[in-house]
Amino acid sequence: MNGIHDLGGLTGFGPIAQDEDEAVFHADWERRTFALNMASLAFMGPVDRARHAIERMNPVEYLATSYYEHWIAALVTMAKDLGYLTDEELETGRVAATKPLPHPAPTAEMTEGLIRHGMPANRADAQTKPAFDIGARVRARNVEITGHTRLARYVRGKVGVVTAHHGCHVFPDTYAHDQGEHPQPLYTVRFEARELWGENVTRRDCVYIDLWESYLE
Amino acid sequence: MSEHDHHDAPPSPYLRNVRSAEHDEALAAKVQKIEALLTAKGLVNKAALDRLVDLYENDLGPLNGAKVVARAWVDPQYKQRLLNNATAAIAELGFGGLQGEHMVVVENTPQVHNVVVCTLCSCYPWPVLGLPPTWYKDAAYRSRVVVDPRSVLTEFGTTLDENVEVRVWDSSAEVRYLVLPERPEGTRGLSEEQLVKLIDRDAMIGVKKVQTS
Repeated sequence: MNGIHDLGGLTGFGPIAQDEDEAVFHADWERRTFALNMASLAFMGPVDRARHAIERMNPVEYLATSYYEHWIAALVTMAKDLGYLTDEELETGRVAATKPLPHPAPTAEMTEGLIRHGMPANRADAQTKPAFDIGARVRARNVEITGHTRLARYVRGKVGVVTAHHGCHVFPDTYAHDQGEHPQPLYTVRFEARELWGENVTRRDCVYIDLWESYLE
Repeated sequence: MSEHDHHDAPPSPYLRNVRSAEHDEALAAKVQKIEALLTAKGLVNKAALDRLVDLYENDLGPLNGAKVVARAWVDPQYKQRLLNNATAAIAELGFGGLQGEHMVVVENTPQVHNVVVCTLCSCYPWPVLGLPPTWYKDAAYRSRVVVDPRSVLTEFGTTLDENVEVRVWDSSAEVRYLVLPERPEGTRGLSEEQLVKLIDRDAMIGVKKVQTS
């Protein structure tokens, strides 16, 4: 979707507000929000779903709220979408109905195991040979995408050069929507500033961005 | 974009001091309610919540990344392994896991300066840097660093010669980037442990250089 979250290349947001307070969390509700999202991962599903839940926030609200408020929105949206919470329960704070769970909530040890070992996104058994060689000129496709995507708007239609292969990675555009992993080759592509931002740009800058094969032509 | 473009913009909602006490209290009450519901329904384990907070407040942070960088500065073979296969080289020091499954390390040199962002959300290499600072998640940084990285670097006190190539790494997939900063002049006599203390988070994101004082 062409959402407000897709911020790359916009200007006018003002100076970068460097935070003097270096605490990991600035309020206890931030701490709890982080932990609740992470501890319920086993039921809520892939991170792509969580990202898409944030992308679906009202754009005005998205810009006017802080990062962990986005995480609250994601948690509530996913829990409602999956039938774990209802608006009525969120209103009253009382459990009205309980959906049977496929398994118990992960313990502290299981959760730490997940943090320490991670959830790799590559799929070694997907042997698709990359269609584009390193050094190849590629164009990021200009396509209408109504669901979740990681094809940032600012590269669509632009030409870059492949600089790295990363093997086959799970495809967020389908995985976020329960439509399967569909792993496909992932590339890093280099775009020159002039190509991205306009022919009057003279700066020697460039952007490297990771793009799945079906984003490219 | 020039300086004057920045000044009339509204203050960032991302900083704590912009939220009112009332708003903070309302959020606290809301999260408490959600926590009670999810706990009652068996969707979260209370001990797991506490463990998560403990891990990210006390264990996983930029000190891990600093150890990786310092090792690369003192051990050329380690540095080569780090640039060839960062995930494996970082694992040699015992670091890895969630949001660091596919690491790439990019090296700053006198000719090339690297800086990392996630324009679409706030992807960040958690095992080596911990959770991201507020400004990294803010719209101001995410929007501007790709189109005008030099003005962003200047705000962080980093001025580069115009001949230096600035490479911005937009973390749009599950690959996570860590900048290997240049080792500063005059640090030849320092031990690896002393070097670790010099290396701060912002240098490993790429918005600053490592300073000796």
